[in-house]
Amino acid sequence: MIINEQTEPLEAIIVAKNLDFFYGRNHALKDINLNVYHRHVTSFIGPSGCGKSTLLRTMNRMYNLYPEQRATGELLLEGHNILDDSIDVNMLRAKVGMVFQKPTPFPMSIYENIAFGVRLHEKLSKEQMNERVEWALKQAALWDETKDKLGQNGMNLSGGQQQRLCIARAIAVKPKVLLLDEPTSALDPISTMHIEELIAELTTEFTIVIVTHNMQQAARISDYTAYMYMGELVEFGLTDQIFIEPKEKQTMDYITGRFG
Amino acid sequence: MDLHKKRKLVNKVALSMSLLAMAFGLFWLAWVLATTLKLGVTGLSWELFSRMTPPPGASEPGGLLNAIVGSLIMISLATALGTPIGILSGIYLAEYGRHTWLGQATQFINGILLSAPSIIVGLFVYSAYVAQMGNFSGMAGVFALALIVLPVVVATSENMLRLVPDTMREAAFALGAPKHVTILKVTLKASMAGVVTGILLAVARIAGETAPLLFTALSNQFWSINLNKPMANLPVTIFKFAMSPFKDWQEIAWAGVFLITLGILGLNILARIFLGNKNKQ
Repeated sequence: MIINEQTEPLEAIIVAKNLDFFYGRNHALKDINLNVYHRHVTSFIGPSGCGKSTLLRTMNRMYNLYPEQRATGELLLEGHNILDDSIDVNMLRAKVGMVFQKPTPFPMSIYENIAFGVRLHEKLSKEQMNERVEWALKQAALWDETKDKLGQNGMNLSGGQQQRLCIARAIAVKPKVLLLDEPTSALDPISTMHIEELIAELTTEFTIVIVTHNMQQAARISDYTAYMYMGELVEFGLTDQIFIEPKEKQTMDYITGRFG
Repeated sequence: MDLHKKRKLVNKVALSMSLLAMAFGLFWLAWVLATTLKLGVTGLSWELFSRMTPPPGASEPGGLLNAIVGSLIMISLATALGTPIGILSGIYLAEYGRHTWLGQATQFINGILLSAPSIIVGLFVYSAYVAQMGNFSGMAGVFALALIVLPVVVATSENMLRLVPDTMREAAFALGAPKHVTILKVTLKASMAGVVTGILLAVARIAGETAPLLFTALSNQFWSINLNKPMANLPVTIFKFAMSPFKDWQEIAWAGVFLITLGILGLNILARIFLGNKNKQ
């Protein structure tokens, strides 16, 4: 990944500038400044309640569902401030997909689970849709297991398969950025391994931002890491640098497990 | 006594008491059902389904055809009227009005309507519709029954929609789905089995309601499917016939009771099947 960086110039697809976030009166994100680089994996780590999921959920304006939540400052996606009221959130979410902690298959067939999102944004012929569904399932490494049972209910899959179905569903819309909110914390180690391998492969097409509680996971799969604490971005940089020689003592304490 | 022995003893006492309570309840229920079965089956005959309700002292055997058809008409129309309004209100309460004062007020009022004695519903429709129109009518009966269906469907639809985890809604929104698409294609679909069960239970409830029909559809001794005229129906016919001194009327009343019981049993079994299918998913 780092070799990649030397050959082509780094392009920040998402830029946060002086980003603040509030849950009612609770100031949950404080003056966040950070870049998410195109076709790289960026991970957010930090103790529970540090604001990493909140930061992720501002990137597709998920917080809009809850009237008491609001964000101020700037969050630029390809140069456009997505916090602006004039932004169409549904179009934004077509560009910025999300996968959640718990697998959330819809109560419909595997095929329909994937076609659902695509139909919201594109009008495809039946053949085109079949191709898209196949493509998404192959991208999510789920095609071989499901190609003979696309008509079956997505809720009958195993937990790990359900999560890959959710990833397939998100990438079928062809977003630019994929937000993963602790995508493996409800999964067993083997399913986790599948998903980590998948994330590495997905960077050829997508930019990935992942929130994780598992520091080894962040070290294994991400190119950049942000360490957050109490709503502040303590340190942000190349993953190797953050894990090998962090500049802040606080970061060092957290990643070595001596958090205090 | 040592602690664990004492706990075992307390457990046994509690278990025996709850078993006794259950046996007490079941005993009366079994008795009611046995009586219905015994007296109802003797009244069952081909004439029951092919003849009209008999006049007093009739020489020929009578039946319940007009009452059965009247009940079916009124129950179907009341369900057709109350269900869509109920489901839409349930959607409003669960998906849009959760923290709004209108939502909370509606929920509160729906709760009152849900527990209102059905005779009050009957009197309301009597004064608001029957008294204005000047006569009892099948349509008035439909309105009264629909008012009983409505709060049941509102409450079950709302509860079933609320059982759909918010994570599923968020997942749909995260794909860029507008709210109405999320509701129609995802949350309503996820709660369909529960919503249908609610409708079936509402139908089961109005199938045996007598009080609201007494003031609205009244009854009709003859064949009539005119909604602007009084309409025969099972519950009021049973009420009238069971209190009469005529033996043939009483027999027909018991047969009617048996039919209603059978119908409600069928609806409950259907509701169970729907819920069972949901749990299998």
